[in-house]
Amino acid sequence: MSSEIMSEIKRDHIMKLLADGKRQDGRGVTDTRKLEVEVNCIESADGSARIKLGKTEVIAGVKIIPGTPFGDTPTSGVLTTGAELIPMAHPTFESGPPGEDAIELARVVDRGIRESGMVDVEALCITPGEEVWMCFVDIYALNYDGNLFDAANIATVCALKSATIPGEQYGKGENKPLPITCLPISVTEVKVGNTLIVDPDYDEEQISSARLTVTTDDNGNFRAMQKGGRGSITLDELSLCLDRAVEIGAEIRKIIG
Amino acid sequence: MERRNARQTREIVVPGDVLDGTGMKPGENAYLSDGKVRASVMGVRNVFQNTVGVIPLKGCYMPTSGDTVIGVIVDIGPSNWLVDIGAPYPAPLHVNEVPWKVEFGDTSRYLGMGNVVLLKVLSVDESKKIQVTMKDSGLRKIEGGRLVKISHSKVSRVIGKSGSMISMLKNMTDCRITVGQNGMIWIDGDDENADVAVQAIKMIEEKAQSGNLTDKVKEFIESKLPQSEEYDDEGDE
Amino acid sequence: MSGHTDMVLVDENGMRIDGRTAEEHRHIKIEAGVLENADGSAYVEIGKNKVLAAVYGPRECHPRHLQNPQKAIVQCKYNMQAFSVSDRKRPGPDRRSIEISKIISEALEKVVLTELYPRASIDVYIEILQANAGTRCAGLTAASVALADAGIPMRDIVPAIAAGKADGHVLLDLNKEEDNYGQADVPIAIMPSTDEIVLLQMDGNMTREEFDHAIELAVNACHEVHDLQVDALKRRYSKPAKEGSE
Repeated sequence: MSSEIMSEIKRDHIMKLLADGKRQDGRGVTDTRKLEVEVNCIESADGSARIKLGKTEVIAGVKIIPGTPFGDTPTSGVLTTGAELIPMAHPTFESGPPGEDAIELARVVDRGIRESGMVDVEALCITPGEEVWMCFVDIYALNYDGNLFDAANIATVCALKSATIPGEQYGKGENKPLPITCLPISVTEVKVGNTLIVDPDYDEEQISSARLTVTTDDNGNFRAMQKGGRGSITLDELSLCLDRAVEIGAEIRKIIG
Repeated sequence: MERRNARQTREIVVPGDVLDGTGMKPGENAYLSDGKVRASVMGVRNVFQNTVGVIPLKGCYMPTSGDTVIGVIVDIGPSNWLVDIGAPYPAPLHVNEVPWKVEFGDTSRYLGMGNVVLLKVLSVDESKKIQVTMKDSGLRKIEGGRLVKISHSKVSRVIGKSGSMISMLKNMTDCRITVGQNGMIWIDGDDENADVAVQAIKMIEEKAQSGNLTDKVKEFIESKLPQSEEYDDEGDE
Repeated sequence: MSGHTDMVLVDENGMRIDGRTAEEHRHIKIEAGVLENADGSAYVEIGKNKVLAAVYGPRECHPRHLQNPQKAIVQCKYNMQAFSVSDRKRPGPDRRSIEISKIISEALEKVVLTELYPRASIDVYIEILQANAGTRCAGLTAASVALADAGIPMRDIVPAIAAGKADGHVLLDLNKEEDNYGQADVPIAIMPSTDEIVLLQMDGNMTREEFDHAIELAVNACHEVHDLQVDALKRRYSKPAKEGSE
């Protein structure tokens, strides 16, 4: 069935557990799910990572190709991020061009990477004004069980971190690692009732009113944020989210380091 | 494959596997081609008199008239509700098939989106159009408690031989449990006991292929919920 | 099939550039039940090809006008991921992937007992994670395992493999170089219980003898692939291992 309606009984049960600070899978409200990372699993890509965050599974691949720089940034390489919510990943995902959810996902991940300066784009210049390396990141959700934002962020960061500039393939000098300056990590929370929970699963997302994704850099500075959902968050809640994003971001950075 | 263990680990077959070439008739989930009976789903080979068929391991629920099912309201029309019962198509529940007198267009006052209902399958026609009813004893809107979904092919294991498994579950966990033929199971009891009942049902689903399941489940519940003397007998008779 | 190159694809001893003989297929790895949400799924590697297949259904058919009141339809979507090939592939369907999706759907409709599910759709999604010649065969091989894993009633599990011609030799299971610089490619899929053909394409240039030889090689190899498919499905239930294999 393509539109999934959650049973009232399940919803009530999740709410009741949350009232006691508990969750369906036994986690506490600030616990993230188990993270598994497999890097460079795709040889045809210049960098790749397949990650599992609990049951959410995402693959990201990087292709690095010589191309023409933008007129206003003649010495900068180009970074492009795309995401697809393919129907393999969930019964409610449909095939076709990326919809608003996929576009938001790609843009939020892109913003964290771009604004943190994770990839040193100035080092991607081949001939100023004429030729630079263009870096394409493509993200595919393979199994959706909530929190695609953080899963896609982690997959992208791991894929870029493992990427090689294929100089030899294009006769543009030696192969060398893609220059990386930091690891931007996003932490997403959703609000269910009046509780903020980290790394929501599918059911929790379904009954949440608001979502906040906060991306931090290695120094714990904020680099990107996105509030989503039709609900609101208070200033106190925002402050709590920011504290948690710094703390949990550092833990994730340690795992993928 | 070891033949000797055939009774312990039952033989798994996949579509196309030859089940018999000696003249038996095809049973459920089997077909005859060129004098051979072959499997049409993945599952366990099953012989009954002179037929051979397959008990499926997985697969989608196809309703049969008379089935008791638990469903979720997923759409509301002026004179019916659509109920997700885990079949390929939602089942329409007509206003004439509920125990209330519902005016045209007034359906959402009685049952809303996400409400859970216990129903009976009235009929399934040749093009698999389903009709369900809530007008029979015990059928109702279900509230509170917990809902667990398991593969419908494991329902018979949860019920057990002449109801042995389900009555043990109910007795040992002190929960009310209603099992839908479609694999939806409703559990009502105090929190701790209901948790154990949910885990036990998931365990039955996961270990459906293994022997001595009743004992294993009993052991599991005992480890989680110390039993008072009231449940001391052997479990199945 | 460009056909002409200085590259030696088969040496004087009949060995191919990846060390195979003419009648050997690449290493094949098959796993069933690799994704949580899908009703059935499979992962297949054939040489450097890496393919995921997922099945949802039978479920309500969308778009509605495709519904058949007598039987289910099988809707396959074959998709190459952007990083699966050496040049980045632009995301989204192109004419090639639409054609492949169609012939795979048709091959699967032959074996699935569609009459059991009128008006329904059985959706098959094939994602090519890494491509190295032979993705449609790897995709169909994975899709049939995923269908069986989903508990969909079907007559047979369909294996697929290609045969072809390079350096004037008839070869089984062409690799990328043999596909690019060879003279013919014949992907084929069969129903192993009867050897009936459910998918067949050919491009290039072959004599009748060469073609007959290619078919013989491919049909024999299909039976080997089928053994691996069956083994993957049975393995999934022989040990009480948890879902997810990596």
